[in-house]
Amino acid sequence: MIPEIGHFALILSFCFSIALGVLPMLGVYQKNTLLIWLAGPLVAAQLVFIAISFALLTWSFAVDDFSVIYVASNSNRALPMVYKVTAVWGAHEGSLLLWVLILSGWAFAVGYFSRNLPNDIRAMVLSIMGLVSVGFQLFLLYSSNPFLRFLPDFPLDGNDLNPLLQDFGLIVHPPMLYAGYVGFSVAFSFAIAALLSGRLDASWARWSRPWTNIAWVFLTLGITLGSWWAYYELGWGGWWFWDPVENASLMPWLVGTALLHSLAVTEKRGAFKSWTVLLAISAFSLSLLGTFLVRSGVLTSVHAFAVDPERGMFILVFLAVVIGTSLIIYAVRAPTVKSYAVFELFSRETLLLLNNVLLIVATMTVLLGTFYPLIYEATTGGKISVGPPYFNLIFAPLILLVLPLMTLVPQIFWKRSPTTDLIKKNIIPLLCSFILCAGLWISSDLEATNELNIQIILAVLFATWLFIALIKDLVGKLVSYKKAHQGSVFDGIRSLTLGYYGMLLAHAGIAICVIGVAVVSVYSVDKDLRLAPGDLVEMGGYQFEFKGLSQTKQANYTALTANIEVTNEAGERWIMKPEKRTYPVRQSQMTEAAIDAGFFRDLYLALGEPLTKGAWSVRIQVKPLVRWLWLGGLLMAFGGFIATLDRRYRAKKVTASGVGI
Amino acid sequence: MNAVHKKRLIIVIVGVAVFSAAAALVLYALNENINLFYSPTQVAEGEAPVNKRIRVGGMVAEGSVEREPDSLKIQFTVTDYENSLIVHYDRVLPDLFREGQGIVATGKLDDKGRFQASEVLAKHDENYMPPEVSDMLKKQGANASEAAPKL
Repeated sequence: MIPEIGHFALILSFCFSIALGVLPMLGVYQKNTLLIWLAGPLVAAQLVFIAISFALLTWSFAVDDFSVIYVASNSNRALPMVYKVTAVWGAHEGSLLLWVLILSGWAFAVGYFSRNLPNDIRAMVLSIMGLVSVGFQLFLLYSSNPFLRFLPDFPLDGNDLNPLLQDFGLIVHPPMLYAGYVGFSVAFSFAIAALLSGRLDASWARWSRPWTNIAWVFLTLGITLGSWWAYYELGWGGWWFWDPVENASLMPWLVGTALLHSLAVTEKRGAFKSWTVLLAISAFSLSLLGTFLVRSGVLTSVHAFAVDPERGMFILVFLAVVIGTSLIIYAVRAPTVKSYAVFELFSRETLLLLNNVLLIVATMTVLLGTFYPLIYEATTGGKISVGPPYFNLIFAPLILLVLPLMTLVPQIFWKRSPTTDLIKKNIIPLLCSFILCAGLWISSDLEATNELNIQIILAVLFATWLFIALIKDLVGKLVSYKKAHQGSVFDGIRSLTLGYYGMLLAHAGIAICVIGVAVVSVYSVDKDLRLAPGDLVEMGGYQFEFKGLSQTKQANYTALTANIEVTNEAGERWIMKPEKRTYPVRQSQMTEAAIDAGFFRDLYLALGEPLTKGAWSVRIQVKPLVRWLWLGGLLMAFGGFIATLDRRYRAKKVTASGVGI
Repeated sequence: MNAVHKKRLIIVIVGVAVFSAAAALVLYALNENINLFYSPTQVAEGEAPVNKRIRVGGMVAEGSVEREPDSLKIQFTVTDYENSLIVHYDRVLPDLFREGQGIVATGKLDDKGRFQASEVLAKHDENYMPPEVSDMLKKQGANASEAAPKL
């Protein structure tokens, strides 16, 4: 009975979404205030019923209702309760339901927090979000219904959750990523509403910015968590594979980053308006494309679910409708949007434009690399894969160009800027980073296996330059405040906006992330070894001794644990315990790596398979600064969050002239 | 030419230059880094290039996995049920690797016709078959009269 109620709630929510997609929009065009007002209640109703539906599916998991096909294929009596609940989004149908839930949540939040928006704009934005939601719910009901039953003979026990997904990373990673993907639907809806209404002005950019920021924050967190999860759970120590599904999340992130900066120009200077709108449309389209990639199974990917052409077809059609419609609206309406701002060649505007171009080029190369196997197969019939070297070769130089731009943009002015000043400002930071890099290079001993190339050196150099310049900028601002106002340092700190601090943190995050990537790619030590009990190996300044194995039995798996004693150069000893787990229900094996995490290095041990004479294959890795990757990611997300709290986004009611007070 | 036009011209030129440089780099990188997929039959017929990075795939033949006793070296046979190919590998195999499972390996064919793999992929969803392998087996099923195993 419960699953049927869930199914029914989903249908009701679908009906409310249709009403939301049609009625308020109609109201705007007919100037019917009642229909416009309906947007609020409809958004609430949509959220309530989709939440009921989601809760009931969760309930079916919690009480082991294996008559539901989806529960039977993804849960098991022995599964711990926390994983039963998170198994809801462990496979296709449930994760789609989560997607719709998050979308409805975003729509509700827009409705709630944007009460100071003009009523018709708000109604339009909500209507467009309603239409997006209609598409996804249709998909759920048509080809991915999680409430379908096995009747009359249902299995007594379920097929268990994929062991890889029985993990903290899965609990948080997909919801974050989805919140990011779906969050760009807000920017998208704002853009379409602005095109339709013809009101594409600074206040539009100001409404749009915090939502774009938050969506970007979630996507950043999602990608960071995904990379971290891959690192400790499935990657054997890799943190990025240029896998189609990872690329699918990176592309909207890159375009979203371009969008953030372009929106800033539109808000502050009234320039780049139609470009900004195009970016908003692209960011969301790429999010949809990401879903298509994960769900359709057209590309070989570690993440791919079992192939289902019907679903792939549906998303492809949906994608075509969304992108097609929005581009037509863009083509028809964008020429009416004019940017009047003038700026010199050497100005913040130009550099931001250049940064935008670079980010878009990066996105296109990733897009091309991701879809090239499909293009190749369609044109020649051959099957290929595009290897990580392609992406590294293209992506690294582009990022190397972005870094100096990031350093310079905050230092120069809108409209125009003198160049002499700029040189003076950067001599000290550049010199410092030179000395630092040279010092590091001399003091480090490189393993012969990894080559140190010019890109890596430049990356570290630029990243440290960026970091030092950021600190210098902050200190400079505080000093000049003190000179001008005679206030305390504390007053100076308070005088700067949250938007500024957000920028500092996010850019520092990039610098830290780049340093982490560069160092870990060059200085990592990685070996597969054959170890028998009593064997001793030395690697990267550590000594590893294989002490032996022990076996334990847990609720839904048995674990073989190796005890490996590690000794560092100072003679300290500790034990690391990599595991091999066997899950009887799926007859599957899982490697649970042992990680000794540290700020400056990680030790990573993973157990391979048993060999002869009690020996095991073991992968041992020493990975310096690998944590900096995710630390940088977190810092970026935190910076984006801080920037969103800036006072100017908490705008008062907009006046008739359309300017926020 | 007035100042505005001159400025626009510079922006356009820079833009075009950046884009074409990127395009050239991209095409070069793509050409260097695509890995073509070959079935064991294609390899047996000599279609696959020697000493070039390629991918091969198929089912791991039952009873074909052999290990060297004192190192990580391992060899196994991948088959498309018409022809088979011996794959050599010396790293840790993925958890889902086992006999009778579909795999894809990346590596190089040496001049003796052995495949030296640098990476072996088996998927983390056991219902999931690498698309290359399932397509290949479907094709085989259509060509060959004897029934290929059910996928």
